[in-house]
Amino acid sequence: MSDFVSSFWSVYVAGLTALSILFCAFVLWANMTKKQAGPVETHGHVWDETLEEYNNPLPGWWKWLFWITIVFAIVYLAVYPGFGSNKGAFGWSSVGQYEKEMQTANEKYAPIFNKYAAMDLKAVAADAEAKAMGERLFLTYCAQCHGSAAQGAKGFPNLTDSDWLYGGEPETIKTTIQGGRNGVMPPFGQLGAESVKDVANYVRSLSGLAADGLRAERGKAVFEQNCVACHGPEAKGTPALGAPNLTDKVWLYGSSEATIIETVTGGRNNRMPAFQEFLGDAKVHLLAAYVLGLSGGAKQ
Amino acid sequence: MSTQATYNYKVVRQFAVMTVIWGIVGMLVGVIAAAQLVWPQLSVVEWLSYGRLRPLHTNAVIFAFGGSALFATSYYVVQRTCHTRLFADGLAAFTFWGWQVVILLAAVTLPLGFTTGKEYAELEWPIDVLITVVWVSYAIVFFGTIAKRKTPHIYVANWFFGAFILTVALLHLVNSCEVPAGLWKSYSCYAGVQDAMVQWWYGHNAVGFFLTAGFLGMMYYFVPKQAERPVYSYRLSVVHFWALIFTYMWAGPHHLHYTALPDWTQSIGMLFSLILLAPSWGGMINGIMTLSGAWHKLRTDPILKFLITSLSFYGMSTFEGPMMSIKTVNALSHYTDWTVGHVHSGALGWVAFISIGSIYYLIPRMFGRTEMYSTRLITLHFWIATIGVVLYIASMWIAGVMQGLMWRATNPDGTLTYSFVESVKASYPFWTIRLLGGVMFLTGMLIMLYNTIKTIAGQKAYEAPVLAPAHA
Repeated sequence: MSDFVSSFWSVYVAGLTALSILFCAFVLWANMTKKQAGPVETHGHVWDETLEEYNNPLPGWWKWLFWITIVFAIVYLAVYPGFGSNKGAFGWSSVGQYEKEMQTANEKYAPIFNKYAAMDLKAVAADAEAKAMGERLFLTYCAQCHGSAAQGAKGFPNLTDSDWLYGGEPETIKTTIQGGRNGVMPPFGQLGAESVKDVANYVRSLSGLAADGLRAERGKAVFEQNCVACHGPEAKGTPALGAPNLTDKVWLYGSSEATIIETVTGGRNNRMPAFQEFLGDAKVHLLAAYVLGLSGGAKQ
Repeated sequence: MSTQATYNYKVVRQFAVMTVIWGIVGMLVGVIAAAQLVWPQLSVVEWLSYGRLRPLHTNAVIFAFGGSALFATSYYVVQRTCHTRLFADGLAAFTFWGWQVVILLAAVTLPLGFTTGKEYAELEWPIDVLITVVWVSYAIVFFGTIAKRKTPHIYVANWFFGAFILTVALLHLVNSCEVPAGLWKSYSCYAGVQDAMVQWWYGHNAVGFFLTAGFLGMMYYFVPKQAERPVYSYRLSVVHFWALIFTYMWAGPHHLHYTALPDWTQSIGMLFSLILLAPSWGGMINGIMTLSGAWHKLRTDPILKFLITSLSFYGMSTFEGPMMSIKTVNALSHYTDWTVGHVHSGALGWVAFISIGSIYYLIPRMFGRTEMYSTRLITLHFWIATIGVVLYIASMWIAGVMQGLMWRATNPDGTLTYSFVESVKASYPFWTIRLLGGVMFLTGMLIMLYNTIKTIAGQKAYEAPVLAPAHA
């Protein structure tokens, strides 16, 4: 595709380019005088009592430096794109260079990744070399959110703890990386501050955290009316929805009463991006195996 | 005596003193930002976080410090070399107060987070309007003075000051074209890669005309004055002036190598950056060779030390710039601290040094003295600043090349050898050295402030009589 909407602009730009280069050549050429015999003279004007100017000729090496850059520019414009829509004798383009380098890289590296693509994820997870490659991929693409040791952070799941929002089966982990996930907890602020506080205490009591007994009892009723659809009657969570188990010690956003009230009141919206299109199946396969290995899931 | 015309030294004096003040403010903000890179926990409140201090630093050093230095010296030089009082005293006074208001507005709005997001043009539209009014007034005062000059020829320093004033007006108007959406919010007139290209056309010409042409104007007056020698070559000044202003205009695309910008635009940006090498060096040669026959003065005169060292840094960074504009070199240097080092070899080594030298020349003369309070303190300032710059740029070179190499290193399976954060971690020692360099440079400015106060103390403001042009 041409970079110009009409050939006029190509001519316009090429003309200005030529004019600017030729102008430099002209100013230089017009001042090529050699050093004359005798002492150098000033050109005769005086400003502010003492300011005068000698009229020395241009230094020889400097003239050559200038000429070389001008000639280089003309040659470069002949062989590389730059002079209007002229593609240049070498036919080079940055897109072409990128595609060529990517092709070379794919030819060189694809076999290294492909040899694991057909293997079972558990087998890949047990392979030391695959683990090393998976770790490198993880540090480049995943560590920004999940941390360099996959330990997670507030809002970003810890991948080493054997607790899974969407399930820890090998193929499920791969599905998560391929397509990404969008985890939504709807807001329940409409229940009123008291009810929200009650349910927060109930939820804390489920995982053995200190809670106000009276509030927890009232909260149980609120929970049964509003929360069981996703978190289940026993609050064990629903992996198909990504709804977390509320009876364990793992809290994605924090377990303090205030944080749980914030979560219930405002809801949460979280996204894990999809990597299938970006990385391709072979790399996603390695990453899934690596993540599987992190949680010890490969040994089960 | 009462009827004799005098030069307008008042506005020069005001800008000269503010150069010292804004230099300290701008560099202090830079030192804080550098410290935040070493100790991120220093980012305590949002208004003083790195992301807000960084544009405040660049705006303060370029437009407050550099701008005040340019106003002071151009007003001084144009009067004295035209042998006439500055045109329109009232308008000149307006440029001083107007420019100070621009600076104060920047110092308030940038920490509050009001920004256009365009580098070196972050100020929002109401401030852009004020800048335009001040700048047009500046042009009227400057060219009005040229118009009523008593000499047949226009001195070379004024060519450079004139080119700087005209081009900055053009750059500011085109790049700041924006659609207001409320008092402190606007949208750029341009979209996508065109916006990026306009921005870097502006950005690089801000370097070329604000930070180069303007300061070359300064050089062409204060170097021959302080060296008491004629300028080396009138012919060279003609060639490098025209070549410089013709080629700088094209160099902007080298900031956008390997982006969505079309290949032809990138090529032109690179080629004209290479052609720029000789015209840039023309200025350096003309300045340094002016000293031939007076080299011994460098030993005893610290002002001359500042001026000549600034030309060495100018030569160095105008060699480095064209090299970095070559696509394959840029592939390594782009987005690394090498760029930061390059900018500071220009900003500290060239712009700040030539300004400091020129202001040391100006301040005593603004108060009827011939010399600063202490020459030894100028010498101390020179050495501490020089070591500071060297530490700064050497650490950034090493950090930059290291970052570039770490980012492109791959394992045998094609994956990256280093994650980004590993390159950050590896940069810490160099960021610490850079901070030290910055602290030294700032210390030099504080010495300058002390010397300035001691020079001014007890002195009366002075206005020199207008001289008749010499008949040669």
